[in-house]
Amino acid sequence: MKKYINNFMKYRELLLELIRRDIKTKYRRSVLGMLWSVLNPLGMMVVLSVVFSNVFRANIENFPVYLMCGQLIFNFFNEATNVAMGSILGNASLIKKVYLPKYIFPTAKICSTFVNLMTSFIALLVVVVFTRTPIHPTIFLVIFPIIYVFLFALGFGIFLSAIVVVFRDMQHFYSILVTAWMYLTPIFYPIDILPNYLKIIVGLNPLANIIEMFREVVLYGAVPSMVLHVKCLVSCGIALVVGLYVFYKQQDKFILRV
Amino acid sequence: MQDTVVRVNDVSIQFRLYKENVDSLKEYLIKKFKQKLTYDEFWALRNINFEIKRGESVALIGKNGSGKSTLLKIIAGVLKPTKGVVQTYGTIAPMIELGAGFDMDLTARENVYLNGSILGYSKSELRKQEENILEFSELYDFFDVPIKNFSSGMIARLGFAIATIYTPDILIVDEILSVGDYNFQQKCHKRIQEMLSKGTTLLFVSHSIEQVKEICDRAILLSHGEMLADGKTEEVSEIYSSM
Repeated sequence: MKKYINNFMKYRELLLELIRRDIKTKYRRSVLGMLWSVLNPLGMMVVLSVVFSNVFRANIENFPVYLMCGQLIFNFFNEATNVAMGSILGNASLIKKVYLPKYIFPTAKICSTFVNLMTSFIALLVVVVFTRTPIHPTIFLVIFPIIYVFLFALGFGIFLSAIVVVFRDMQHFYSILVTAWMYLTPIFYPIDILPNYLKIIVGLNPLANIIEMFREVVLYGAVPSMVLHVKCLVSCGIALVVGLYVFYKQQDKFILRV
Repeated sequence: MQDTVVRVNDVSIQFRLYKENVDSLKEYLIKKFKQKLTYDEFWALRNINFEIKRGESVALIGKNGSGKSTLLKIIAGVLKPTKGVVQTYGTIAPMIELGAGFDMDLTARENVYLNGSILGYSKSELRKQEENILEFSELYDFFDVPIKNFSSGMIARLGFAIATIYTPDILIVDEILSVGDYNFQQKCHKRIQEMLSKGTTLLFVSHSIEQVKEICDRAILLSHGEMLADGKTEEVSEIYSSM
């Protein structure tokens, strides 16, 4: 264990450098640059708000904030896991030439997307102020759902990055899975409208739990229950353990398969 | 201070050559079911044994496909041998491909930090050496230009400059000196000689026997994954040219 920690400390600077690289290159040569991290969720929110308050009646109080809470968390997870999935394949030339701890590549991708999420919160703040949503002191508890979604995405992303090396089909299959996952997460509908059997499935969905907690602290000013914390912690734990285990078992094969 | 810096102990590596590449689960299951998942076993290296002492400069020679690069990659820790162990003592600077890990969208200066951290240098060390890298690579006017606009020679110069800013204990060089113009090759030779005089151990792969004779005093001859000879460069290269 100590060996792994030492090794991680040795490559900490590389991790930071990779994160910096991702952030720099993402918006390079676009006129508005980093501003897109704020504009993108804002624009999406406006489009979806218009659609759902005119075409489908969602009947949710303060819909823009409700929507944006779900959307920010889910989009982060979606983007982070997708870029992490391709990270081992994308760095194939490097993996073949220099010894590096390989988990550093998916980790860097998750972290750089996470930095993006942080910037996107400015958009949420804008919407909260604009809709005159009261700000509760529970807003400081927002750190919990953010940490949970980061850990869950980290475990899941590491898992995907290892699996995709062996089975390339995963890339195509995953986009279907994510679509299903999105509809099973109450992003733009309230959980109450679901029939009972679906409520059970959604209750097992880690992202739904994390988003619920996020909304409780930002929108409703409620302190999340212990049960909800445990649910989130358990799903993060499972994702991390399974992800790291699969990655660890596969990583020596990477160089022969990428 | 350890006297032996590289110990290669009975190392063999096997590759599986799949007749057809199976990249997907469906293909895999179908092939497995039909028992068509055949592969040839191919030993790229067989029972390699040698030790390298501190300060030695050793060349690996042999024809294409004889296992030279595979052996270097095992010593660099990139590949794991199927059998046997490799022990190395000290820092390794692998120059298996110059500029591996460069990001084409970043400028040369940004790549110094990215590539430098891949090679394990800290940011403060790199900041100190930035000027030296600029000087050595001679990229004065191009240092803040994205390297996708660079020629391959310029990229190689930058890669070599970053890889050699510090004197490592073990330097691994795989046929990279054939890039760049005559002047730059001479400069690289000089830098390598400097490192050797400081006590670096060199492992060198090249197809140019002249280069090998110039730089190395010991040579190991590989053929079809087996070690044929190990000794003084003159003697071993004679065996090689008579092959």
